[in-house]
Amino acid sequence: MMTIKEIQNMTLCALKQGMKDKDFTSLEITEVLLSRINGLGAPLNAFITVTAEQAIKEAKDADKLIVAGKDKPLLGLPIAHKDLFCTDGVLTSCASKMLHNFIPPYDASVVKNLKASGAIMLGKTNMDEFAMGSSNETSYYGPVKNPWNLDLSPGGSSGGSATAVAACLVPAATGTDTGGSIRQPAALTGITGIKPTYGRVSRFGMIAFASSLDQGGVFTRSAEDAALLLGEMAGFDDNDSTSVDVPVPDYLGGINQSIKGLKIGLVRQHFDAGLDDDNAIAVKEALNVLKDQGAEIIDIDLPNIELSVPTYYVVASAECSSNLSRYDGVRFGYRAENYKDLNEFYCKTRGEGFGAEVKRRIMTGTYVLSAGYYDAYYLKAQKVRQLISQDFKKAFEKVDLIAGPTTPSPAFALGAKMDDPIEMYLNDIYTIGANLAGLPGMSIPCGFVNDLPVGLQLVGKHFGEKSLLQCGHHYQQATDWHLQVPEQFK
Amino acid sequence: MSLNKEQIKYLAILSRMDIQDSETKDVVDKLSRIVEFVDQLQAVSTEGTEPMAHPLEQGQRLRIDKVTEDNQREKIQLNANETNNGMYLVPKVID
Repeated sequence: MMTIKEIQNMTLCALKQGMKDKDFTSLEITEVLLSRINGLGAPLNAFITVTAEQAIKEAKDADKLIVAGKDKPLLGLPIAHKDLFCTDGVLTSCASKMLHNFIPPYDASVVKNLKASGAIMLGKTNMDEFAMGSSNETSYYGPVKNPWNLDLSPGGSSGGSATAVAACLVPAATGTDTGGSIRQPAALTGITGIKPTYGRVSRFGMIAFASSLDQGGVFTRSAEDAALLLGEMAGFDDNDSTSVDVPVPDYLGGINQSIKGLKIGLVRQHFDAGLDDDNAIAVKEALNVLKDQGAEIIDIDLPNIELSVPTYYVVASAECSSNLSRYDGVRFGYRAENYKDLNEFYCKTRGEGFGAEVKRRIMTGTYVLSAGYYDAYYLKAQKVRQLISQDFKKAFEKVDLIAGPTTPSPAFALGAKMDDPIEMYLNDIYTIGANLAGLPGMSIPCGFVNDLPVGLQLVGKHFGEKSLLQCGHHYQQATDWHLQVPEQFK
Repeated sequence: MSLNKEQIKYLAILSRMDIQDSETKDVVDKLSRIVEFVDQLQAVSTEGTEPMAHPLEQGQRLRIDKVTEDNQREKIQLNANETNNGMYLVPKVID
């Protein structure tokens, strides 16, 4: 029997079992977590909005269904959503002054799917403004702190979701990943995070940053939980023109199947200069664990992978400048007060509503798309993107999965990289490739460097989420890195 | 290639986004560094390579042009700063 005291550390699967065994109710879980969010967890600044009243009502309704013998895959399980997913009637700010007053009139498909599966929303999590950042410092609502050390960044852009799970404020949360925004914070806070294949999860109601790269995913305490949650949120959606009509496999079923004979590629280029020595050791030790379980480790090359960061900053900025042109102060969001004509109205609204990083990206995007520069930058980047994508394709002729570090080093200090955009961008050097090629990627905790968690990244073939989850699950059966909790939040 | 103040002013106009004088130096400096950084792409040989259009090489899915949603004008316009008779108000554009 599990007790109410253990709730905060439990996985979704354990909480589900506990409710089934009547060890505790959904309302009890919800109340424990809400009091942690508003108490012990408050200094982390992980949440922008806490939907306590709504959560309690939903938990009571879930308990009634459970008593009546009803079952849904996520019935009564509390989660949080990144504040980038539209939630009907609940502030969705994207951590921007531009949307500080935006109340969506509809739910994102991800929110709708998880609600239909019985999940309860505890609130909306903090993030980098419009998901543009790798440290969660560009938020209009202030930075999120890393629960392992409050002076450090949790990573970004989904820093609030990662911190909330790592500090045991919630067992799982949604996130989005355009260049590493799920995997990087998952690694820096010591939890599991998966970004599925482009098109696997609907982008409808996900506030757009770079549409050819954006993809929703999850943060959890285990690969098993990620399998459960991803299975419920993924699927074809007529409302998203890039959603892919491929059936969602049963990610949980078969997760225990042996990984004997699984071919895992180790990218030589990932161990070049730039990677922290101890971080490299942790990753290599993790691969030894997988080897002991029967996986075969094969060295592979991704010759153009170093170009992924500059390619990304051309493509993503171009798409961002186009997507963010919708913020005009007319139909929703922030609106400037003093103006003499329509042009000034737009310029002031956008000049006052966007933060510095967002402005830089809009201007970079405008530059690379502007007359005279389009071919040299945008078109060139799309060609290099093709080369990077082909490198992955070739690698996957030899291997089933690609493994390596998620980040070059453990969490860095808040403020440390804010003056140098390039240094900040290079934090995503290992993660961006998967976005450019539309591949699924997962980060799982694989050790500690200077008492801070680091992650092992696994990248799969298109729609290969199942083998990522299976491999992650096996690793987590043999190790306990994913069970570690920061002392302060035990 | 580094950018100058005039180019930044022009980009701000194209982006319909005010950049305050106090921000200009920082924007010039950081944007120049970003452009210099992405300039390394110029050295890559991409001859015969098609630009990538979609990560999964998919085309655009089409659907029949029919109404799929109810009219929610009032709910949607709750987010607008100024409306009148169901229409959005903007500063006068025609004299």
